[in-house]
Amino acid sequence: MTERVEQASTLRPMIDEVAREAALAVTVVIAASTLDELRTIEADVLGKRGVLSGFKARLGGLEADDRKRVGQAVNEAMASVGAAIAQRRRDLDAVEQTAVLAAERLDLTELVGRPRRGHLHLVTQTQQRLEDVFVGMGFQVAEGPEVETDFHNFEALNMPVSHPARSEWDTLFVDWGAPGSTVLRTHTSPVQIRVMQTQPPPIYAVMPGRVFRRDTPDATHMPVFHQIECLVIDRGITMAHLAGTIEAFTQAYFGGDFRSRLRPSYFPFTEPSAEYDVQRPDGSWLELGGCGMVHPNVLAAGGLDPEEWSGFAFGFGMDRLPLMRHGIDDLREMFTNDVRFLEQF
Amino acid sequence: MRAVLSWLNEMVPLGSDHVAIADDLNELGLAVEDVVVTGQAVPGVVVAAVQALRRHPKADRIQLVDVDLGDGQPLQICCGAFNMAVGDRVPLATLGTVMPNGMEIARRQLRGEWSNGMLCSSTELGLDGDDGGIRILPAEYEVGRPLWDAMGLDADVVFDLDVTRNRPDAWCHLGIARDLAAWRGLPLTAPDPVITSAGPTPLTVVIDEPERCGRFTARLITGVTVTTSPPALADRIVKAGMRPINNVVDVSNLVMIELGQPNHTYDLSRLQGGGFIIRRARGGERLVTLDGVERVLTTDDLLICDGHDAPIGLAGVMGGAATEIDDASTTIALEMAWFEPTGVAATAARHGLRSEASARFERGIDTEGMERAGRRFVDLLRLTCPDAQLHDLVVTDGVMPVRPAVEVRTAKVNAVLATALTTAQIVALLDPIGFTSTPAADQPDVLLVDLPTWRYDASSEIDVVEEVARHHGYSRLAKVVPPSAHAGALTERQLARRRVIEIMVGAGFNEAMPNPFLAPGDLARVGLPADGLTIANPLAAEESVLRTSLRPGLLRAVAYNESHRQLGVLLFELGHVWRRPTDPSAALPDEPEILAAVLAGRDAREAVRLWEELTLGLRATGVQIVAATPPGLHPTRSAELVSANGPIGLVGEVAPSVLAALGITGRVAWLEVDVDGLLAAVPPSRSYARVSRYPSSDVDLAFVVADDVPAAAITEAVATASADLVVDASLFDVYRGPGMPDGHRGLAYRLRLQSADRTLTDADVAAVRAAVIAAVAPLGATLRS
Repeated sequence: MTERVEQASTLRPMIDEVAREAALAVTVVIAASTLDELRTIEADVLGKRGVLSGFKARLGGLEADDRKRVGQAVNEAMASVGAAIAQRRRDLDAVEQTAVLAAERLDLTELVGRPRRGHLHLVTQTQQRLEDVFVGMGFQVAEGPEVETDFHNFEALNMPVSHPARSEWDTLFVDWGAPGSTVLRTHTSPVQIRVMQTQPPPIYAVMPGRVFRRDTPDATHMPVFHQIECLVIDRGITMAHLAGTIEAFTQAYFGGDFRSRLRPSYFPFTEPSAEYDVQRPDGSWLELGGCGMVHPNVLAAGGLDPEEWSGFAFGFGMDRLPLMRHGIDDLREMFTNDVRFLEQF
Repeated sequence: MRAVLSWLNEMVPLGSDHVAIADDLNELGLAVEDVVVTGQAVPGVVVAAVQALRRHPKADRIQLVDVDLGDGQPLQICCGAFNMAVGDRVPLATLGTVMPNGMEIARRQLRGEWSNGMLCSSTELGLDGDDGGIRILPAEYEVGRPLWDAMGLDADVVFDLDVTRNRPDAWCHLGIARDLAAWRGLPLTAPDPVITSAGPTPLTVVIDEPERCGRFTARLITGVTVTTSPPALADRIVKAGMRPINNVVDVSNLVMIELGQPNHTYDLSRLQGGGFIIRRARGGERLVTLDGVERVLTTDDLLICDGHDAPIGLAGVMGGAATEIDDASTTIALEMAWFEPTGVAATAARHGLRSEASARFERGIDTEGMERAGRRFVDLLRLTCPDAQLHDLVVTDGVMPVRPAVEVRTAKVNAVLATALTTAQIVALLDPIGFTSTPAADQPDVLLVDLPTWRYDASSEIDVVEEVARHHGYSRLAKVVPPSAHAGALTERQLARRRVIEIMVGAGFNEAMPNPFLAPGDLARVGLPADGLTIANPLAAEESVLRTSLRPGLLRAVAYNESHRQLGVLLFELGHVWRRPTDPSAALPDEPEILAAVLAGRDAREAVRLWEELTLGLRATGVQIVAATPPGLHPTRSAELVSANGPIGLVGEVAPSVLAALGITGRVAWLEVDVDGLLAAVPPSRSYARVSRYPSSDVDLAFVVADDVPAAAITEAVATASADLVVDASLFDVYRGPGMPDGHRGLAYRLRLQSADRTLTDADVAAVRAAVIAAVAPLGATLRS
């Protein structure tokens, strides 16, 4: 009995001691300023040889009932200290991460040098845009040589030798073959003949390319410039199809609020022939190019029967379009190859 | 062609709304380039008489002019012009007058002297002419009268028309009036004066060249006095863009501008031999034309000669000086003819002499207009020569064009124009412009259309269809988009070409477009053979050679940029070059498409890097870099690009000597490749190679290799020694320096080994290592210790 009282008298202080040690440990944990320090505290308090673990070693000398009560107190103490350590670790982790991120700060406007990025020539940009518009309308893109035969450039286009209209093209002749037989093509129209000769109709094609005239360069003329031409040959093609295609192209390229009109004109390779103008939304007109129904003689020269097939063609200079789009006042600027020009577009 | 509204109005009542008339002209295909309103009265301008001229007391460049407005009271005007004399009639803008430029005339002081109005020059009044200061008016003008009343001139409009080649009829007022009358449904009244012949024309005409001279007519006009034209006629001449000369020349021009009939007048007293001979010139024969220039003729020039065979005119182009009308002329021989158009065009071009007459003959004038034109000539001449008498027309024909009626199918018209016109509607559209038609026998919807004599251009059904379209109205045509028979698409080649230029742009290169025409020394200057094709008729010698290479153009662009302090530029071009074909009978020169890039301030390795970027981007394979010494490139820093089909390009550096010649500093790397050759190295399709699921391992191997063994050969040997297991082999270091034998360098490779079907063992790795070492041994490469 005496023993029991004695034992009962030591139980209370032990539980209190556990509570004191736990409270002390929590204070120390909260005060820890580094993760390393926290790890040391954790070992000192919760480790195998830690303060709280030490109580567990002393449990063996107690009655089962007391052992249970003290053991429970130790477990609770360890849990509360453990929770404090976990909380403190999260806090310290966050502080450390913040410090690491702060140390990694970069000034993203501090880059030295410029990226290497080139630019397509304005003529190429224009040509690709035009090609894409026509591809969207169901056209293919055809090409031909820039040095051409007299036959393809003139004769097959209803301009036999000594045809007066030939003089309207200031032709550059190449010293190849018989004199006068080889020319730098004066327009993209010879490609019409090449397409007709190599591809069975129906033909829905556009022909962009470089063309040449014996012209002194000035703000609006270059001896070397670029055209695009559209050719349709099918059964039952009418002038309404010509007008409709021009209108559709005009709206696709320039914008839905643009309109087009045809005015009678003359070209040896089309009949009826027309000039076509584009009307800007402000009402002003831009003379864009020439067009017409493919002349029966041209169809025949291309190996097609004009009674079975009919077609239309229209074409215009490409170089003028970027000039207008970008407010360039001199065509020659486009061909100086000055990178200060090229890199603007 | 300048069309004068008042003149047109004499033939068709168009009214004065020149905006509407310009719209109609455009709709008819007579493109209006400019509209000038002339002779618009300036209210407030009156005829004044100069009473006195006095010095301005304080200014030398202004004088004081006292003018009288009819009331005898002197009115003081300050004037900066000095070309008038006391008694002259001058135009005075009275106070309150608003000048054509918008300035309002107010009473004001100039250096202390009052000016009560302004004396006017022609320009200030919007009038033609220049008197060297103030316009001096005819002395008979009544003082005080409003100027435009006194001049008897109404406001008029001049349309400057761009007449196309298919409209010979529109080179005269009658033709333009006919088109407008038809378009507006108005009656046309052509000049057709009644003039009776005073007797025979005793002139003989011999046509030696009937093919070139289809018709030659001559007739005498007697009772002529050469004087000045009345103001109304002179005004028309001016508005038409010509200069009044004298009444005979002016009438000659008026007849041409009105009726489209060129004509020529000879002073009968100077015409030798009593007639005309039309023949070819003899080689070297000379003629002084009316412009005072002596022309040396060829046998292709057609001459008009007098009865003694002496040349008196270049047929269809210009008359000669010797038989020119002068002030003493009283009897003239009037020539009107029809010359074959291409012959006239050739002569005009040969002599650089395009006259108003030749411009019309070249297009083919009315074949039947001569008789009426002669009557109109005398009709107008009688305004100044009331006694002028016309004599019989002598007509001599050579070979006139035969122009049969054309069959026009109503169905064809509608098929071309997408219209639903009836045959009767087509007839109604054609008839007013002289294309008269009758139904073909048994074919009610086929018309036999007679071609007007003034439409030499027309010869076929489609020509007539165009006339129907014009007068139906282009703006009335429907607009229908035809459904394309194809899916629109770029070809594989066109797509690949776009990829090529996108790769170049992505690699930092700007696209240049140098002139493809070179100067004669340009190819040699860049070290290339000077074998370019030449232009037969270059505009300038500096642009007379067709490029065989893109190098001269791109290097010039580098030099240009360097001279503008743009260093280190990266440029590329994709374009055609022209080379002499191996077959000299080929119809055309070879015209390959070439891609070239120039890298200023970079060495050859950067060009190789670009080439690798290009091949990687295109997935091109099988092109070897083979050291070479191509002309114009650096002899020890250049290589050929060789595909399975042969050489396709060059890579390296531009030769220092070339750079020095072009004034380019620093190194310039260069790449050029034939686009077809490049694209041929791109496999058309690629099939999927399954990505291995087994682990890979890396092996580094460094070899000692003699300098004359290309790294490419070692790389190839390394990569192919155990191709089934080596999935990648890359050169990652090149070492030259201590520890390396002379003439050798170290090449270090990293190999990645991986099997598709198992995990590699140490034995596998060792086997590959041994195989690679064995593979490079024949190249003299040894493992670096």
